[in-house]
Amino acid sequence: MTNISHEPLIFELSSPGKTAFKLPALDVPEKKDLLAGVPLRTDIEDFPEVSEPEITRHFTRLSQTNYCVDLGIYPLGSCTMKYNPKINEKIASLPGLTQTHPLAPEELVQGNLELMKKLEKLLLEITGLEAITLQPAAGAHGELTGMMLIRAYHQARGNPRKYVLIPDSAHGTNPSSAHICGYTVKEIKSNERGTVSVEDLARLMDEDVAALMLTNPNTLGVFESDICQIADIVHAKGGFLYMDGANLNALAGITRPGDLKVDVMHLNLHKTFSTPHGGGGPGAGPVAVKKILEPFLPVPVIEENNGVYQLNYNRPQSIGRVRSFYGQFLVAVRALAYILSLGPAGLKEMAETAVLNSNYLRKNLEGLYELKYDTPTLHECVFSDKYQKDYGVTNLDISKRLLDYGLHPPTMSFPLIVHGALMIEPTETESRRDLDLFIEAMKAIAREAKENPELLRTAPHVTYVRRLDEVQAARNPVLKWGK
Amino acid sequence: MSYIPISDQDRQEMLARIGLDSVDKLFSSIPEPNRLKKLLNLPAAKSEPELLAYFEEKSQKNNYNQYLSFLGGGAYDHFIPAVVDYLSSRGEFLSPYTPYQPEISQGTLQVIFEFQTLICQLTGLEIANASLYDGATGAAEAVLMAHRVKEKNRLLVASSVNPQYRQVIYTYGKNLGLEIIELPYDQKGQVEPKGLEAALNQETAVLLCQSPNYFGVIEDIKSLAEAVHQKGAMLAVAISEPLSMGLLEAPGKSGADIVTGEGQSFGLPLSYGGPYLGFMACKKEFVRQLPGRIVGQTVDVDGRRGFVLTLSTREQHIRREKATSNICTNEGHCALRATIYLETLGRKGLRELAWLNAQKAAYAREQLTAVPGVKSKFSGEVFNEFVLEFPQSFEDINQKLKAKGILGGIGLKDFPGLDHCALVTITEKHSRDKIDLYVRTLKEVLR
Repeated sequence: MTNISHEPLIFELSSPGKTAFKLPALDVPEKKDLLAGVPLRTDIEDFPEVSEPEITRHFTRLSQTNYCVDLGIYPLGSCTMKYNPKINEKIASLPGLTQTHPLAPEELVQGNLELMKKLEKLLLEITGLEAITLQPAAGAHGELTGMMLIRAYHQARGNPRKYVLIPDSAHGTNPSSAHICGYTVKEIKSNERGTVSVEDLARLMDEDVAALMLTNPNTLGVFESDICQIADIVHAKGGFLYMDGANLNALAGITRPGDLKVDVMHLNLHKTFSTPHGGGGPGAGPVAVKKILEPFLPVPVIEENNGVYQLNYNRPQSIGRVRSFYGQFLVAVRALAYILSLGPAGLKEMAETAVLNSNYLRKNLEGLYELKYDTPTLHECVFSDKYQKDYGVTNLDISKRLLDYGLHPPTMSFPLIVHGALMIEPTETESRRDLDLFIEAMKAIAREAKENPELLRTAPHVTYVRRLDEVQAARNPVLKWGK
Repeated sequence: MSYIPISDQDRQEMLARIGLDSVDKLFSSIPEPNRLKKLLNLPAAKSEPELLAYFEEKSQKNNYNQYLSFLGGGAYDHFIPAVVDYLSSRGEFLSPYTPYQPEISQGTLQVIFEFQTLICQLTGLEIANASLYDGATGAAEAVLMAHRVKEKNRLLVASSVNPQYRQVIYTYGKNLGLEIIELPYDQKGQVEPKGLEAALNQETAVLLCQSPNYFGVIEDIKSLAEAVHQKGAMLAVAISEPLSMGLLEAPGKSGADIVTGEGQSFGLPLSYGGPYLGFMACKKEFVRQLPGRIVGQTVDVDGRRGFVLTLSTREQHIRREKATSNICTNEGHCALRATIYLETLGRKGLRELAWLNAQKAAYAREQLTAVPGVKSKFSGEVFNEFVLEFPQSFEDINQKLKAKGILGGIGLKDFPGLDHCALVTITEKHSRDKIDLYVRTLKEVLR
């Protein structure tokens, strides 16, 4: 990474008159005075002018400054950064799929509708739920959609209710999604095991509470063993149990949220089902529900009658539309390809190996880093920098030093209930060699923290750029290039 | 197929290291009665050739490609240069996460910084974010943003805004107690000035219009901005065909406070509606209320330029329920494609492409309205889409055209009084021959 010279911005490579694309000639008579009545621009000021070879080198060089799953372990906790099968990219680029217009008559896109319906069915089997929408564009969008379904249900009974309960270990999108749906958030404390305090829940749960949002396994990687009891407490007061499915990779083929009394959940196709994360999306966040919430699903709903697929918009109780068209179609196609390639035994092996790999890492790092909660964990585990603090070394320093070893660090400083957190999720697609490389690096860093803490505090040393000044970036924002 | 690089021997040794004798024991925290006793009822695993064959077969069940299509209305069939597919399919762009570790994510971060710059240059505004889900959620985020900035609940939405965008605004707005008022359009197909005047008051947070609007008509952004600003409200402009910005005055230069839209036209295939690319830009003074991720420039300890995610105190992972939006994962890879596309077209190419689209659309409009009985519905100026009015219901005409291999446009029967009308879209992919074929076929159908 270090031998690449610093790549300029495209605007700095630009010079007048260069072009990377030739347009066909105008084949209709040109009207010189076209649009004379509206304000036109004479130029797109400072827009780049470069050639195709320069474009190719620019993006190739930039790409080489990125770390990625194709290079090595990417153990970001709760992000499930697993290998993205290459055949799925080929499938998602089939012209019959990519070239279809979303407003095409339904009879001309039966293949698309069939694929979406197929994915819906398989996801329902995996989750044990009864109805589903593929529309939400990402996990947080799924959370919002799920909250809207719950609100619509309560509203239909005359009272949308006021509160949503969320554990203090939850991802920040949970409270934010509940808030955007018009709810006030009440936080539930975690107990000494790192799971939801059933007593605290029982105290807070009443008929003003619309739902509990629960991540399971939670962000510590701990399975909420009391989930059925939790559901009973919520249901007894007429509330719903929402499950954040970000961590479904630990459960697929092992247990089903629907069987655990969950009423609504979203799935992250870009996590559990291996669609590429693309440096920040596109994702997809389908929402699966119990039958009772089906009437409220967003429009349109895909229906099948005797092998003919239709989009149904006539749904009087629907929350309405949550985005344009029908969801992240090509992301759904990749996820379907993944499930079909794994099959039922492969899906179970996926979850088992993800949990095995995580526990192997945990076992090998115990004692070197603090494990605040020693509760058994599934697909991820959360250490902290407590032992290293004695040498003036933080989780940030540990993470930055990992970069020097050519590895991606864990998720930092989350969940909030573990101070100085290092949240590690290896996934099932890491080989033992790759796991051992990570373990050896973490061991070496624990040693360096004692012997040479300055080395960590000034890390990284061998990356394309070194530690970046984030304070300055926020204090004096420079958010675009300018001459 | 399996993508698991752990052998049976590895598994046994790893279990031994953990101190367990079976994989099942790893799941002891899940109560026994809750654990599945058999495999899920899913289709048996497919090999790679079987998998490909399955999807090829389904893709061939779509026969849309056999038709000559004039559909647009929020999704546009533009030519995509080969470099876009080639470069964007690199694993270094496809397989990283959101760039939380900037030192090893400069590629992704610099691309977003270039994307933000390009969006600012096109919209004529000062700040752009790293992307939103799509044009429809972008429109909803824009009115929610204006509601936060102005602390007012009254939102005006032009009824000439894409119906899907309006529907999403309702879905988002109704849970927050927002008052949403739809404004009529006039004979030009633009926001009716009188209707706007009547609806605007001191409680109004924003007017959201679209330009070119759902009828393809270019709005008078400058007049709308003046009217709205006089009452202390904001102007948000949604754009579903962003190529128009290659030719039309940047909305930010005409007074728009927020410009949001759908970036699909910039190098993303139609893909049956997704994934697409929402974008949003605003005036500098509103940056603290802008939703979504933003990349900023900074320096490293050696003084070298670098890029980081910044201003994250707006975002849910810091602010939780007080965040400007719940958005987390956005459309990073789609923004990458748009960036490669725009830089490939460049300063001259994008303008020329926009001109080509406008010229061809003008030709098509002229030829189609020369067919006896066919009229232009609106008198306003258009970019690459326009509304035709037929002598009978478009449903009937559409069926007859379809029988002759043509998808002649999007019916507008959901708009009161427009059941004889259709929205027709022309891009650079419509050669003169294709346009002339439509004209001839329409003549036959109407004969």
